[in-house]
Amino acid sequence: MSPILVGPLAVAGLSTVLAFIIAILDKFLNNYGQLKISINGGKKELVVKGGSPLLGTLAAEGIFVPSACGGRGTCGACKCKVVTDVGPHLPTEMPYMSPKDIEGNIRLACQVKVRKDLEIELPEELFSIKKFKARVEHIKDLTYDIKEVLLSLEGQTIEFQAGQYVQLVVPPYGDIPESVQRAYSMSSRPSDGAHVELLVRLVPGGIATTWVHKFLKEGDTIEVVGPFGEFGIHDTAASMICVAGGSGMAPFKSMLNHMKETGAFPQKEIWYFFGARTTKDMFYLDELSKLAETWPRFHFVAALSEPKPEENWKGDVGLITDVLDRYLQGKVDRKKGLEGYLCGSPGMINACINVMKKNGMTEDKIYFDKFS
Amino acid sequence: MNAPNVGIISLFIASILTSNILLANFLGTCSFISISKDFKSSMGLGIAVTMVIGICSAVCWVVLFYIIMPLGIEYLSFIIFIIVIAGVVQMLEMIIDRFSPSLYLALGIFLPLITVNCAVLGVILFMQIRYYNFIQAVVFGFGSGAGWWLSIMLLASIRRKLDNNNAIPAGLKGTGITLITIGFMAMAFIGFSGMIAIQ
Repeated sequence: MSPILVGPLAVAGLSTVLAFIIAILDKFLNNYGQLKISINGGKKELVVKGGSPLLGTLAAEGIFVPSACGGRGTCGACKCKVVTDVGPHLPTEMPYMSPKDIEGNIRLACQVKVRKDLEIELPEELFSIKKFKARVEHIKDLTYDIKEVLLSLEGQTIEFQAGQYVQLVVPPYGDIPESVQRAYSMSSRPSDGAHVELLVRLVPGGIATTWVHKFLKEGDTIEVVGPFGEFGIHDTAASMICVAGGSGMAPFKSMLNHMKETGAFPQKEIWYFFGARTTKDMFYLDELSKLAETWPRFHFVAALSEPKPEENWKGDVGLITDVLDRYLQGKVDRKKGLEGYLCGSPGMINACINVMKKNGMTEDKIYFDKFS
Repeated sequence: MNAPNVGIISLFIASILTSNILLANFLGTCSFISISKDFKSSMGLGIAVTMVIGICSAVCWVVLFYIIMPLGIEYLSFIIFIIVIAGVVQMLEMIIDRFSPSLYLALGIFLPLITVNCAVLGVILFMQIRYYNFIQAVVFGFGSGAGWWLSIMLLASIRRKLDNNNAIPAGLKGTGITLITIGFMAMAFIGFSGMIAIQ
């Protein structure tokens, strides 16, 4: 045989043998057989095939633990309590664990492998989380960069609380080779379980927002997983101070419609601050102003930070944090106590928390959804 | 070429002390410097390196004497050794994962990282140029691994002491003082060199 062939053939042969041994080892070693997962003290029992991470194993059984990164251990959303001893926390879990989490056996479901019978605890509401097939009913431009997307669940219904979010499954498109999931708050009313409405602002370079704005068409069939999240109205008599910017409107649209429609939480006074730069960024203005006129306990404050003279803006002017500060010191009635509800960019939320704390609101009464 | 005439006990001690893979040959220093800041991780990595070097020396000795030399493809030995190391590490990982989850957790992310640790390849190349026989190769492999383990534990202990010392100038803190420490440790290890020489 030509000596020039011997080398490559030897290397190729050796690699093949190694790969073959690894494949065989994998088949025998990674076979854990049928295992049992008991959830919430035996309320639910699953029989699963072992060897894969808990997150994927549960998803295959129709239980969707929230995960924004899809199981790569980079978001820390898939926390759950594993009662069975599965060894100490992994270095990949540590960045997301507080000392209290570690003591309480909280683990990241995407990092814990199912290799024996497990006993875990999950919040009850996760059982109502499902994957829905949805048809895009309409896509409407609200501003130059925000679209309202209405999805019809085709006969299925989603049960959720105003303020919760769904994860949109973005299929591979263009240069994006993998399917990703991104979280969006629902702006539809909980009473209409047949539809899910989302407000999506175009983020330059964003995988999901670009897909919604440039690729998604009316009539397309897509998938959403949900509902997730703990953002929602708290049942107290305290007044709600809601602050939003841009597509942060979504959970409040849902909450307001829900309260108006059902008369829920009748004691609550509602202040809604919505900030934008110019009238170009403003939307739902007429609907909300009309709602404020006919609904005595609802107060709507729209503010522009950089209104142009020709826009003829009659509402408040200034950064939303300054406007909020002014109202908290003056017009807002604080007798029944205040609760903060925030939705928007992390920068806006942090600034608003500071203003609220400065005005005597406590951090445990400030609730928010941060979308970065 | 015949195997060098050196007893296995002398070889084992020599590979730990006089020819320490880290402090005499300066191989595998990247993980040595970065991991030694944590005592517990150093322990895990030390065990992993010892195990991988020992087992890889045995496997590579077989590959060297029964595949590479008969076929006359010594010029490909680097590539072949690297492939074999990667494969062996992968298999080790799967076996440990299955049979000793606690050890697997202790080693954690270090096991796959060792694939690119130059100490492993270094030991195997020494074995090749010195024509060790099989027993010698295995002893030299485990000895070098143990030497690496010993060095990183020593450095980790010293660094733990240094961390509590405020006398170190700000500009030297971290890697700076660590490199100086390694220099001193290497000099101290020269003190062993009169005992046995294998290189």
